[in-house]
Amino acid sequence: MQTKLLSLSIIAGSMVVSAAQADTIRIATEGAYPPFNYIDESGELKGFDVDIAKALCEEMQADCEIIAQAWDGIIPGLVTGRYDAIVASMSITERRKEAVNFTRPYYQVGAALVAPVDSDIAFEPGRLDGKVIGVQRATTYANLLAGEYPEATVNNYDTVENHNLDLQSGRLDGVVGQAVLMQEWINEHGKGAYEIKGEPVLDVDYIGEGAGIAVNKNNPELLERLDTALATILENGVYDDISASYFPFSIRPQ
Amino acid sequence: MFDLFGFGHLLLQGTWVTVQLALISLVLGLGFSLLGAAMKLSDFRLLRFAAGVYTTLFRGIPELVVILFIYFGGVVIVNAVARQLGYDRYIDVSAFAAGVAALSLTFGAYGTEILRGAILAVPKGQVEAARACGMTSLTIGWRIVLPQVWRYALPGLGNTFLIILKETALVSVIGLDELMRRTEVAVGYTKQPFTFFLTAALIYLGLTAIVMLVQRKLEQRANRGVIARSAV
Amino acid sequence: MNVSLMIESLPALLQGVWVTLELVVAALLIGFCIALPTALARLHGNALLRSIAVSYIFFFRGTPLLVQIFLVYYGLSQFDFVRESALWPILRQPYWCALIAFSLNTGAYTAEVIRGGIQAVPSGQIEAARACGMTPTTTFVRIVWPQALRHSLPAYGNEMILMVKASSLASTVTLLDITGVARNLVAETYMPIEILSMAALIYLAMTFTLGQGVLAMERRLAAGRS
Repeated sequence: MQTKLLSLSIIAGSMVVSAAQADTIRIATEGAYPPFNYIDESGELKGFDVDIAKALCEEMQADCEIIAQAWDGIIPGLVTGRYDAIVASMSITERRKEAVNFTRPYYQVGAALVAPVDSDIAFEPGRLDGKVIGVQRATTYANLLAGEYPEATVNNYDTVENHNLDLQSGRLDGVVGQAVLMQEWINEHGKGAYEIKGEPVLDVDYIGEGAGIAVNKNNPELLERLDTALATILENGVYDDISASYFPFSIRPQ
Repeated sequence: MFDLFGFGHLLLQGTWVTVQLALISLVLGLGFSLLGAAMKLSDFRLLRFAAGVYTTLFRGIPELVVILFIYFGGVVIVNAVARQLGYDRYIDVSAFAAGVAALSLTFGAYGTEILRGAILAVPKGQVEAARACGMTSLTIGWRIVLPQVWRYALPGLGNTFLIILKETALVSVIGLDELMRRTEVAVGYTKQPFTFFLTAALIYLGLTAIVMLVQRKLEQRANRGVIARSAV
Repeated sequence: MNVSLMIESLPALLQGVWVTLELVVAALLIGFCIALPTALARLHGNALLRSIAVSYIFFFRGTPLLVQIFLVYYGLSQFDFVRESALWPILRQPYWCALIAFSLNTGAYTAEVIRGGIQAVPSGQIEAARACGMTPTTTFVRIVWPQALRHSLPAYGNEMILMVKASSLASTVTLLDITGVARNLVAETYMPIEILSMAALIYLAMTFTLGQGVLAMERRLAAGRS
């Protein structure tokens, strides 16, 4: 009799567990975009995006599971319901809005062209013609180059790590990427050899209005909860604390 | 010794995922092979046709495309089917599950042809003789046919498993933390692509060597008796 | 299923077909040129040549092609002396890196195919040819090689089909082959099922045609035997 009761309570207990699991929010990030999101030596996800995601979950009092996902499949994964939201430095653009919903932006950074110090390429008409430029596949930077610099040869890479390796190897004349990320990379791996050419581009048509959190279109409740939580942490100083632990300057959206 | 800038243990963890992926795909793939071979040898035209479509598809489409398709498309299809059956909760197809599905189906497509050939290679007279001795169909299958099919099919199945073992690396493209993906993470960190990709290559080589050894032992065992006689 | 998207994607994907075909044909040709001396070294070479051939075959058959491509593409550029060498203008291009990796890979597999074909030639024929006074070279060219080719054809046909499939890995080093184009299209349209089925169909057409071609050739060669 007692064993029966015991097994019953175990079953009941496991049902509670699975009900709680149903309430967890699954958040995807890329894990290859330091310092915004990356995997450290111990195999754990770290970075600005990850900290923001955790802060939002705490604010919403929700259980969250953060998972790494290859970048070029990250929107299809959300659309098909593999996870509930994306916190991965994703720029809010019109094209992406056709597929997913976005919260308000949580940071805003331009696109930077990085090249060897002695190179004279620049974000100016004609200055990229015939040059080989690396970008990450499926990013706003790929669209910017295709739209404004059709004469440049654009190579698509799976990750930022890979196009940076190829910038160092000399295969690329330059890469276009997110300004803060590229500056961080120059500081760590390319001081004196590489620099950002000119001012970062902030063209809303291509770069979007900043990085937002993407949510499946059929989940307006979560979108609202995330927007509210985002507004709160932007106000109460949590956001600024996280930001200050990564960057000496502000990337708050305007 | 196996420190590698602090990434040694991550590589080992990845290796373990690779081994699991390969072994599970092997077991399921053997099941698909048996099923496929039975269908190919069946008396029903429809079954033979279905098996033919299956082997043509999975032997003709690149594994990378199959993996991408199952990962991105499989979720949509699985959930659409589940909804038809009245199941409302979301079913996830993880990178691991997609990898197992793609690799085991591929293994099955090659295995089907290997098993079919092996079954046909068992002399008909033996089956007739066994029946004449009064054995039931089940006993004949278990005692007479299977041991010989195993012997004929072993080299082919072993080679197919080696192919599958190497193709586990492709699952890194959809972000599974197996050996290859772990290696890429380490490369991104340390900027030592040659060191790490060579290490990964050596680990795969070690796994291949182990599989080849096991295969040789199994073949020796399956061939005991046969070789002794032919040597006379 | 969005059929109009599938049709719209076709022209872009067909452009990828050229890249795929070029890579496959070139890799098979170069691979064959590597395979023949390797197979001969493995069968008839001295101890040094034999061990080189065996290690080459073991390495390239024992490791994933993806690792091999990354070793050539990203790995070699880790070294300054490679980047400063005369080979760099070639090695800096993803096309050549993919081609080098593919050729070395298929070369190793093809060497084993050719070795099997050569070993299948009955030794009595070789002894007879020698007894007729043929030199070893003449024996090989006249007696062994034609038969070895015929013996190897089915296995080599398989290897060609495997090469078509393996060429999809070119997309991982930025090349726009069929798979590369497809992955870019998926990234643009978020319609993976449509785009990937279209790519799969194109590959299927290629491997099927190749398979039928090999079968037809086998039949022709078999006809000469009877």
